[in-house]
Amino acid sequence: MLKQYKTVKEVSGPLLMVDGIKDVKYEEMVEVELSDGSRRRGRVLEITDKKAVVQMFEDSQGLEIAGAKATFLGKTMEIGVAKDMLGRVFDGAGNPKDGLPAIIPEKKLDINGAPINPYARDFPDDFIQTGISTIDGLNTLVRGQKLPIFSGSGLPHAEFAAQIARQAKVVKPDGSSEGNFAVVFAAMGITFEESEFFINQFKETGAISRAVLYSNLADDPVVERITLPRIALTTAEYLAFEQGMHVLVILTDLTNYCEALREVSAARKEIPGRRGYPGYLYTDLATLYERAGRIKGRKGSITQIPVLTMPEDDKTHPIPDLTGYITEGQIMLSRDLHRKGIYPAVDVLPSLSRLKTNGIGEGKTREDHSGVLNQVFAAYARGKEAKELAVILGESALSEADKKFAQFADEFENKFVRQGSDEDRSIKETLDLSWKLLSILPKSELKRVKEEHIEKYLPKND
Amino acid sequence: MSEKAGKIIKVAGPLVVASGMKGAKMYEVVQVSDQKLIGEIIELKDDTASIQVYEETSGLGPGEPVYQTGKPLSVELGPGLLKSIYDGIQRPLNLIREQAGDYITRGVEVPSLDREKTWKFTPVVKDGDEVSEGDILGEVPESATIVHKVMVPPGVTGKVENIKAGDFNIVEPIAKVGGKNVAMLQVWPIRKPRPVKQKLVPTEPLITGQRSIDTFFPVVKGGAACIPGPFGSGKTVTQHQLAKWADADIIIFIGCGERGNEMTEVLIEFPELIDPKSGKALMERTVLIANTSNMPVAAREASIYTGMTLAEYYRDMGYNVALMADSTSRWAEALREMSGRLEEMPGEEGYPAYLGSRTASFYERAGYIKCLGSDDSKERIGSLTAIGAVSPPGGDLSEPVTQNTLRVVKVFWGLDAALAYRRHFPAINWLTSYSLYIKDIEDYTKKNYGSDWPDMVRESLNLLQEEAKLEEIVRLVGVESLSAKEQLVLDTTKTLREDYLFQDSFDDADTYASPKKMYAILKTILTYHHESLAALEAGNKNIKDITGSPLKDRISRTRMIEEKNISEIDKLTEDIKSEINK
Repeated sequence: MLKQYKTVKEVSGPLLMVDGIKDVKYEEMVEVELSDGSRRRGRVLEITDKKAVVQMFEDSQGLEIAGAKATFLGKTMEIGVAKDMLGRVFDGAGNPKDGLPAIIPEKKLDINGAPINPYARDFPDDFIQTGISTIDGLNTLVRGQKLPIFSGSGLPHAEFAAQIARQAKVVKPDGSSEGNFAVVFAAMGITFEESEFFINQFKETGAISRAVLYSNLADDPVVERITLPRIALTTAEYLAFEQGMHVLVILTDLTNYCEALREVSAARKEIPGRRGYPGYLYTDLATLYERAGRIKGRKGSITQIPVLTMPEDDKTHPIPDLTGYITEGQIMLSRDLHRKGIYPAVDVLPSLSRLKTNGIGEGKTREDHSGVLNQVFAAYARGKEAKELAVILGESALSEADKKFAQFADEFENKFVRQGSDEDRSIKETLDLSWKLLSILPKSELKRVKEEHIEKYLPKND
Repeated sequence: MSEKAGKIIKVAGPLVVASGMKGAKMYEVVQVSDQKLIGEIIELKDDTASIQVYEETSGLGPGEPVYQTGKPLSVELGPGLLKSIYDGIQRPLNLIREQAGDYITRGVEVPSLDREKTWKFTPVVKDGDEVSEGDILGEVPESATIVHKVMVPPGVTGKVENIKAGDFNIVEPIAKVGGKNVAMLQVWPIRKPRPVKQKLVPTEPLITGQRSIDTFFPVVKGGAACIPGPFGSGKTVTQHQLAKWADADIIIFIGCGERGNEMTEVLIEFPELIDPKSGKALMERTVLIANTSNMPVAAREASIYTGMTLAEYYRDMGYNVALMADSTSRWAEALREMSGRLEEMPGEEGYPAYLGSRTASFYERAGYIKCLGSDDSKERIGSLTAIGAVSPPGGDLSEPVTQNTLRVVKVFWGLDAALAYRRHFPAINWLTSYSLYIKDIEDYTKKNYGSDWPDMVRESLNLLQEEAKLEEIVRLVGVESLSAKEQLVLDTTKTLREDYLFQDSFDDADTYASPKKMYAILKTILTYHHESLAALEAGNKNIKDITGSPLKDRISRTRMIEEKNISEIDKLTEDIKSEINK
């Protein structure tokens, strides 16, 4: 029989102090019964021989010190997982939100997971085709990668993430694609409309039958956002490494997660790091992001696409900054391009996929991919510089070559970056388009591509 | 040993506080709870000890026992280290996987070095010889390229007795020295530098095969360097390049709080890559320490000391060792986290006040040294080069970790996000980076690269600096307003940037450049500059002819020329001389 403590001494925001406890363990789950009989859950955050600090997962509203009873459950937080979770919608605590009955768990798993042994990891090198040129061509995504989208308020990251989720598939060199694909979607503190948008997108395309959705809306309890991504990733791990599925995990919006973390940290009166975020923000984020990957000898994989909105579009803000240090690259959305009416507004210059070199080339995409990618990057960078120069000095001050580069930059944004929100370009189309754009430039400037590829792929338009 | 037990009174993340720890010492290793989690004492008050625990602490609670071991945190040294991959406290990850499966769980106890495996030991001293600490007793072929030297452990001296040749495992005695049994295995505490006979001033460059580093910002064997840069600027790729191509005998690579997939990449790639010097796989000379960002924080703090101690051990054998730590910022953050939990008064940005002294004492363990040993006639020189990556938040170099590091290291490779966006790799900014070793190695480079090398380097750097000034003018008034000479400078520096400093680490021919190749390419570029300058002055050519010459095209392909065909580059230099001013 578990003991009930009536010794709750202090409530401060999401934290609760319980006195005179015995045999309580660090990170143990706690259930608090309110005087009206309702129950709320939390976990032990710090423990001494006299008292325990408990972090509530749900709102502490209405909690009164006198009537509350705390029960320590003797286990760390677990969720039940099952294959039946596909096609379902859950709330931040893992309870069904779609009006259907609870699932029958096949297994109970600790939501904190355990770090994958680096020795057991298998290196991600399977090309994932998203059908979006700026990703496939220039910042190639591979299976088992974590590639975040750095966005800003008001940018169309939701539409963009949904498009990736809909179109992503592994294409074999012969053009066929592989099945057994699942999406785990975790919404943290997003608005009802945004959440509906995603759910509808999944429903319309029938993708919902292979998706698990977790949703914590903007008016749901803040502290739930801390456990929600962990629940989602635990589900993903089950589907990937025990059911052999290739899981794409979309976490949105990580900024809300970090704010929740800051709130708890402030309530604990911890010494803050940069901008009030706790000093362990890096480690904490790593425990989420590093759960992406592949494991030797197991069939499935977890690919993560976290979405975060950069406060004031500032990528040196601790959230995007620390994320960038952990993830394998980033896709950066640009307000400039968005204002020009270009969708998806991906700014390719600061975007990066660290694992692309392993997923491209002969046998994966096409032999010329690596050269083309470098050439397009270099040309676009030079074109943008030329355009900046033209703003100051006027177009006539540009050299002939620079004029061509400026033209390249414009066409690149209009034809390569811009595409419809339901346009699914194959990698071949993307590469051919690159060559077409490169043909604007003088041939002598194409230094990053191999001669034989120029011969083979450059359109001859004279 | 486990009789002396205290009791947990507080658990907060990786910090555990225990009372009743009588006779405990600072930095003593303890075993926490009956799961025997490894921890280390980092603060003592009366009989209350604060312990940083190297494994997950969830599920621990007050009242559980804490066992003292009386020993400081130590590593095992002996044959079998090479080709291993360890976690932060020297547990082999492959054995952890065998025991615990694909995930790292708690309380796994595995030996750092294989006790069963036997090694072929050949003595180099004989019975009756007088030896003292650090002297070599014999040799063991450890990997395809490295001969492991078995040394007299520090603190032991005397007459050799009973020394045997043959196959032994690492704990069997191979000899008696001064009446004490000596085995191949040594144990050394990680926070204590291993003793040396004498520190020397380094004079030899560590050749990395990276043109921008070896030419402009060289590091020496026994030096210390740092690579700060924002994310995406190529810190890790640069570190990997150094680990692959640096002409050290031994590489210790520490992945400290970094990405799991990156460590896997190293694990998969290194056994396949061939060392240009020995012709054997690079893995044969490498030890990996992987404590990825999601593994316990406290072990991250220990990992760089673990790596450093392994590096010192090979240095003591007389090898040139290079240690790469990626990234020291994560180590500093681990310090900050523990300091915060200990409720210490924070210094800058929440980092503890002792961050500076810890950083300094870490890099100071690098050096060019005379190894410990009695026999001066067989003097051994070893070196330990430390290269630390720093990940400054937001790329802001004024933050404490970067600043404290810059105070001790003499080489600064400043990575630049703007260069990385232009896909200029390695993105080492040639205007802000520096190396204070250039003077120290001048004699060496004159002798081995070419007598005019230092002048060529200086001239190139001056040209690049002039370019920065000219670019500002161009931005205001356009390129046309520059004189022909100035336009030539811009043209030459463009070549320097795109065809010399730029180096494609994914291209087989370009990824490594020997000093000979570097000299040849730089010579070609500068010759073209000089000849063009002369032609301009004599009025033989105008600037359009010079920048548009087909020779330029040939220059731009020189970096792709393979090492065995370097004479082609020399030929190009001759062609330039004969063609431009004809």
